[in-house]
Amino acid sequence: MTTPSPSPSPSGAAEVGGGAAQAGASGAAAGDSGAAPQEVTITLDGREVAARPGELLIAAAERAGVYIPRFCYHPRMRQVGMCRMCLVEVKGPRGFSLQPACFQPVANGMEVRTESPAVKKAQDGVLEFLLVNHPLDCPVCDKGGECPLQDQTLTFGPGETRFVEEKRHWSKPIPVSSLVELDRERCIQCDRCTRFAKEVAGDPFITFQGRGDHTEVNTFPDRPFASYFSGNTVQICPVGALTASAYRFKARPWDLEQVESTCTTCALGCRMVVQSSSGEVVRHLGVDDEAVNHSWLCDKGRFAFEASTAPSRRTHPLLRSDARLRPVSWQVALSEVAGRLRAVLATDGPGAVGVLGGARLTNEDAYAWAKLAKAVIGTDSVDAQLDDGLPAELVAGLPPATIADACAAKVLLFLGPDPREELPVLFLRLRGAVRDHGLDLVELSPVDTSLTDLARASLRYRPGQLVDLVRQLLGSLPPANPAVAAARDRLVAGGGEGVVVALGRSSIAESEEQTVAAAGLLRRMLPGATFLPLLRRGNVRGALDAGLAPGLLPGRQRLADGGAFATAWGGLPGAPGRGARALLEAAATGQVRALFLLGADPLSDFPDRSLARRALEAVELVVSVEAHPNASSEHVDVVLPAAAPSERAGTTTNCEGRLSPVGQKVVAPGLAWPDWAIAVELAAALGADLGFASPADIVAERARLAPLFAGVTSAVLAGTVGRMGALLPLRGRGPDGELGEWPAGATGGLERLDPMAVPGIASVESQGAPSEAGVVRAAGPVVAAPVGGRMAAGDDGPAALLSWEPPEALPATPPVDAYSLRLVAARRCYDGGTAVQASPSLAALAASPALRAHPSELERLGVASGTKVAVRAAPGRLELVLEADAGVPKGVAVLGAVPPAADAPGASALVRAGDPVTEIRLETLEAG
Amino acid sequence: MARFSPENLAHARLLLSLYPEPRSALLPLCHLAQAQDGWLTPEAMEQVAELVGVTPAEVLGTASFYDMLHTSPVGTYLIGVCTNLACLLAGGEELLRHAERSLGVAPGATTEDGMFTLEEVECVAACDRAPCAAVNWRYFGPLGPDAFDELVGQLRAGALAAEVPAHGVLSRVRRRRGLATTTEEVAAERRAADEERAARASAKAAEAQGSGDGGSRS
Amino acid sequence: MSAPSTSSPPAIVTGRLGYPDSHTFERFLATGGYEGLRKALRLHPEDVAAEVSASNLLGRGGAGFETGRKWSLLPAGKPVRYLVVNGDESEPATFKDHMLIERDPHQLLEGIVIAAYAIGAAQAFLYIRGEFALGLERVEQALEEAYAYGAVGRDIFGSGFSLDIVVHPGAGAYICGEETALLESLEGKRGFPRIKPPYFPAAIGLYGEPTIVNNVETMSNLPWIVTHGGAAFAALGQGRSTGTRIFALSGHVRRPGNYEVEMAKTTFRELIEAEHLGGGVREGRAVKAFVPGGVSSPWFFPEQLDMPLDQDEVGKAGAMLGSGAITVMDDTTCVVRASWRIVKFFWRESCGQCTPCREGSGWLEKVMHRIETGGGREEDLDLLLDVADNISPGLSWPPAQTTICVLGPSIPPSVCSALSRYRDEFLTHVKEGRCPFPEEAR
Ligand SMILES: Cc1cc2nc3c(=O)[nH]c(=O)nc-3n(C[C@H](O)[C@H](O)[C@H](O)COP(=O)(O)O)c2cc1C
Ligand code: SF4
Ligand code: FES
Repeated sequence: MTTPSPSPSPSGAAEVGGGAAQAGASGAAAGDSGAAPQEVTITLDGREVAARPGELLIAAAERAGVYIPRFCYHPRMRQVGMCRMCLVEVKGPRGFSLQPACFQPVANGMEVRTESPAVKKAQDGVLEFLLVNHPLDCPVCDKGGECPLQDQTLTFGPGETRFVEEKRHWSKPIPVSSLVELDRERCIQCDRCTRFAKEVAGDPFITFQGRGDHTEVNTFPDRPFASYFSGNTVQICPVGALTASAYRFKARPWDLEQVESTCTTCALGCRMVVQSSSGEVVRHLGVDDEAVNHSWLCDKGRFAFEASTAPSRRTHPLLRSDARLRPVSWQVALSEVAGRLRAVLATDGPGAVGVLGGARLTNEDAYAWAKLAKAVIGTDSVDAQLDDGLPAELVAGLPPATIADACAAKVLLFLGPDPREELPVLFLRLRGAVRDHGLDLVELSPVDTSLTDLARASLRYRPGQLVDLVRQLLGSLPPANPAVAAARDRLVAGGGEGVVVALGRSSIAESEEQTVAAAGLLRRMLPGATFLPLLRRGNVRGALDAGLAPGLLPGRQRLADGGAFATAWGGLPGAPGRGARALLEAAATGQVRALFLLGADPLSDFPDRSLARRALEAVELVVSVEAHPNASSEHVDVVLPAAAPSERAGTTTNCEGRLSPVGQKVVAPGLAWPDWAIAVELAAALGADLGFASPADIVAERARLAPLFAGVTSAVLAGTVGRMGALLPLRGRGPDGELGEWPAGATGGLERLDPMAVPGIASVESQGAPSEAGVVRAAGPVVAAPVGGRMAAGDDGPAALLSWEPPEALPATPPVDAYSLRLVAARRCYDGGTAVQASPSLAALAASPALRAHPSELERLGVASGTKVAVRAAPGRLELVLEADAGVPKGVAVLGAVPPAADAPGASALVRAGDPVTEIRLETLEAG
Repeated sequence: MARFSPENLAHARLLLSLYPEPRSALLPLCHLAQAQDGWLTPEAMEQVAELVGVTPAEVLGTASFYDMLHTSPVGTYLIGVCTNLACLLAGGEELLRHAERSLGVAPGATTEDGMFTLEEVECVAACDRAPCAAVNWRYFGPLGPDAFDELVGQLRAGALAAEVPAHGVLSRVRRRRGLATTTEEVAAERRAADEERAARASAKAAEAQGSGDGGSRS
Repeated sequence: MSAPSTSSPPAIVTGRLGYPDSHTFERFLATGGYEGLRKALRLHPEDVAAEVSASNLLGRGGAGFETGRKWSLLPAGKPVRYLVVNGDESEPATFKDHMLIERDPHQLLEGIVIAAYAIGAAQAFLYIRGEFALGLERVEQALEEAYAYGAVGRDIFGSGFSLDIVVHPGAGAYICGEETALLESLEGKRGFPRIKPPYFPAAIGLYGEPTIVNNVETMSNLPWIVTHGGAAFAALGQGRSTGTRIFALSGHVRRPGNYEVEMAKTTFRELIEAEHLGGGVREGRAVKAFVPGGVSSPWFFPEQLDMPLDQDEVGKAGAMLGSGAITVMDDTTCVVRASWRIVKFFWRESCGQCTPCREGSGWLEKVMHRIETGGGREEDLDLLLDVADNISPGLSWPPAQTTICVLGPSIPPSVCSALSRYRDEFLTHVKEGRCPFPEEAR
């Protein structure tokens, strides 16, 4: 029997997994193909049970229905065996002895006792010891009622403590960051938070300090626990030591209700539960999902729920009169919109109407809006992206890869934005893959990112030269350096079989053509490669799949192919419409006269702010369907208040194409409606009937008409598949004949959720929350499903979906201008985005709006870091603070895409839409 | 001064070069910082973090595990009175009580003039001189109350400056050389040695086999 | 008072200490220094290891494991091997390594090079307790000299064998004497012992590489063993307890100090009472109890005085020779106070990982302190035993444990020894509400 080194080393670190925990598995067993047995037998309390070779005893016992108490063990982290709560008796050469079950890999024939008097005494003893220095302030503790220490004391403990001495004292809660507070007296030194910070997040800003029973968790003075993932430590703390400032004293566990849902803050789609108290959302907790988030959430996803109750929240329809938006009734608002729209249609036809946005919507909302736009209004100028993403056909038509595929890739070629900023939990997954099994990650990026230190190779290109670098990697241009050559050799071996390309736009200061061409080259030259699109914003993938893109219909169908929609929808636009950029250009010149904004904020999000402004100023009718005001609001004529996340039920689709539920937990405030209902009512005001009285009607029509959604019925959504999330199209038929993604080896029922892995969820579940709260289960164990590649559409499968034909021609490489810097504009996790700005906990964290460049550029200008300089670009001139950053190569400068304050100028003030690159010149203010 | 002096920075780099992994130099660098400043300042911890490639929190987390590293200022002389078993039996507790009265501070505190910090320490491995005390980790004992007061007097008078260097200074002899052999050389040398061992082993095995066979044949 | 042992065994590790300048390079060379190394380098490494195996040298750090056997646990064919020498000596009342480091640093370095040569180590780390300031200074000085002399460094004495030695100062944490905590500390981390198995760092040690950890005294024996042969060492002592050993004698004896005596041939009584050794209990008093091998061990009482200093015999009697520290308590000693102080030590030194050790040590300390200062209750006595039992189930010897390392099970023995033998004394404390021993005599 082998045991891993207790000290983590990148190669030797045990791989950890949910129900299928491999922690402690000696790498050897995993590596030996074929020879290793599939199953071993252990004797557990006299009963023979099967276990997976190398699996930890604590996990094997749990699957066999024996729950061994624990504190420090967490299935998603390296085990440390510190708390000693999981002691059980294991038979060795010298008879039975107490061993920590979390540190014992099972071996064939192992004999284990979990209920003997010796085990009982040891467990009682540990619990009693834990209470020696733990304050018994449960009635005022946030964790009271959902505290594993409390629960396990009741279940396993001795009852009364015999400790009568003075307890250790620390000063009361201290903030370790603006989001997390720490009450050190309650800490039981389980190393979960500190392990998470170092191992999982890579942000070791909290550590154990001191020694013995004076050990405390703390930060370095004046260096807060600044991590995008800090909230996870609150979630996994087994006592009330770590609490979220946003949740403190908000609710008691027994008042909580919960529903399972999916986070739509970014396009990764982390599985979570939403908990509410007295009709208000108070907390998001991550659910352990093998496919997507492994139980983690980023702080943005965790805390952005605060936005839904922000004072600025839209609660009533608003109509602009006398230059001000004033509340009106729905009837007034809708008839106003319908009337003015009819006028536009009558004079200029449907081509004069455009719809922008949709990533905030559920899939069902998006479907209703696609139908309204394309079938009722008759315009195809509909775009869920704001010229900051990838062409919809490319997203839908490349051979797909899942997140799990990316993590298990032979080579993962990553060309896209910094995942820690834009798809935070994807960063955790990739980091885990590198840490646990040495994922071969090759990063192509114009600047250093969070992946740079993790990547086997991080290759730099100057904006506008991505295609050149990709050609070097594919062997059609000589490699610029040995690192490129080495990466090339690994990439092209075997025609790219096993290669996954994570594809997104690193910068919105470049047009999409380089990225598209690079994707085309990779698609052609690496026929075996699959692609994971890295899209910006929540449910953008679902919006595209619902047809909120020019030239597309719901379910990855071309408008030109019409299909069942042509007849069922009673007519479709005759020709493909305009995408976001063309739409705004047409608006600016008066060709588009009415514009719907579905949660879109062109002034902040469209790469070219000046064009967005000209367009919004020129358009006669701007209708914003929104939950929150934004920078573009000043140009809006009618506001239709929409429901926010957790205020309506439906589904969402993440960037890998996985459909999963978004749950409703509260009712929308005031008169806000779900977007689908707004579409239905607006259609009615226009004299049309969308045919939907509820989202179920949408689900039914969609399953009937859109091939991608074949089989995605309400029944399937209510069942296992919908709860766990399913890749579309569904494949195979399940036990009851339903079409669905039935994971191989699923044991039927879902497994019990370990209350210690995510303490706050199981407690609410176990206290029997109201039925509409839904039942939360770990999706973990079922996931061993073959996630790589999807089954080709066969007899059972849907009609052919579109596939993408890469363009033949390569774009020209823009010549370098030695006097200019090329701008890289990327989003930051905390920036001026609506969700962040409307959430009090997050707004203060927004990144600085400074321009960053290589120190030598500052030297050349003769200015110190932090000096304000003039920045000139084609659209105009700005004054910005310049900061030195050695992670930015020479010749390049970086600026946040969305400035933290609405009035602060951001990158979009420097970008001219459609330009292949953005050249900027810096001047000192005196000179300028 | 909080940041390493140029001379100490050069020594820090030498120390870093002695270890296969930079983090191993964390404690030696903390000692170096304490030798320079008398205690481990936040600025020094930040610099150590930079040098060994960890976060300042990790330096503090590690340093605070160890009793000798002081993350807040201490007196010119740190007097540690041992009260562990051997000293206890010889009057260590009484010595500590006397020291408290004599210096006017409780264990853990520093005299107002900043001269002395008193500590109760665990066994310092000088039990043949019990009860004993360590002054900046130079040992004195056996110490009765009078001997203790005399020691303190001498320290105050600066009479022991040669024997007792400033707090934080451990060895006054500093290593001046880096590693004599490079990692690659060492690896090659060891590989050769291992091959040689293997050859020797198989030769021995063959020999044993040979004689064994001979035995069975006869 | 019994007569001193008749035969006078060779002073294997303390031979040079009679010279006031024993720590100097000149004295070392003048007294046969580095001859053992020269001889070793002429032998094949395996033959050096064979001599050490033949000597049956037991590790002097506390666990008493055969050094040759430990070396044989190194996996073959892995090129990176580290030798780590444990000079963290912090077990209370142990002060022999301190002496060897300060007074004969070259002998230690010579032993280290010999061991490194025998096991094929690429680099050796000498982890010295940070408090040994003078020792650190002496070793650094000796190391400079040894490098210059060619006894350490590249191509040692023209043999083709190279070795770098790095002196690494500890920073004040008893637990770093535990070998896996020491390795963590050497890696620049908090001194948290690693979970066993693996039971030895031989396969997975420093930086996850094969590593041998040996004690300072163990190393200091090697020059003599190589010079005189393993058989000569094994001829001394008896059974598994071969050679000589330094015992650190402290407490209520006339002449506390380090004494190198032949193992198994000497008894506790001789060590304590012989004129040239401990010189007897002070003021001619009687022995009440004594610690036979470091405060982690259960105590012995007068009836064990005639037991030989034999590792296995002592083990069978329910204690250990451990670190070789013997502390004598005469009949004026308050055993409540003495055992409280030992528990207090473990409480202050627990690394804090394991719940039973971290919390149990403090709990026991608080109850013991309460009893000693007069606040005890009768039920506290059973409570003490039960809390101790939750740290070390069964309270047997060798101890069972609920913890990662054996610091945990080292907490109860002193309390349990005192309590089982002198329960009445505890009860007197409780009944009288104070310590019955006069202040000055305690
Ligand atoms: C709590 C604890 C403290 C220890 N302290 C020391 C020590 O200070 N010095 C030492 O050499 N060994 C110490 N040891 C023993 C070491 O773990 C290890 O067994 C020894 O260094 C091996 O060397 P040896 O085989 O030469 O004896 C300690 C063990 C424990 C459990
Ligand atoms: S037994 Fe004590 S010292 Fe040993 S690892 Fe556990 S907590 Fe640390
Ligand atoms: S020791 Fe196993 S769960 Fe903590």
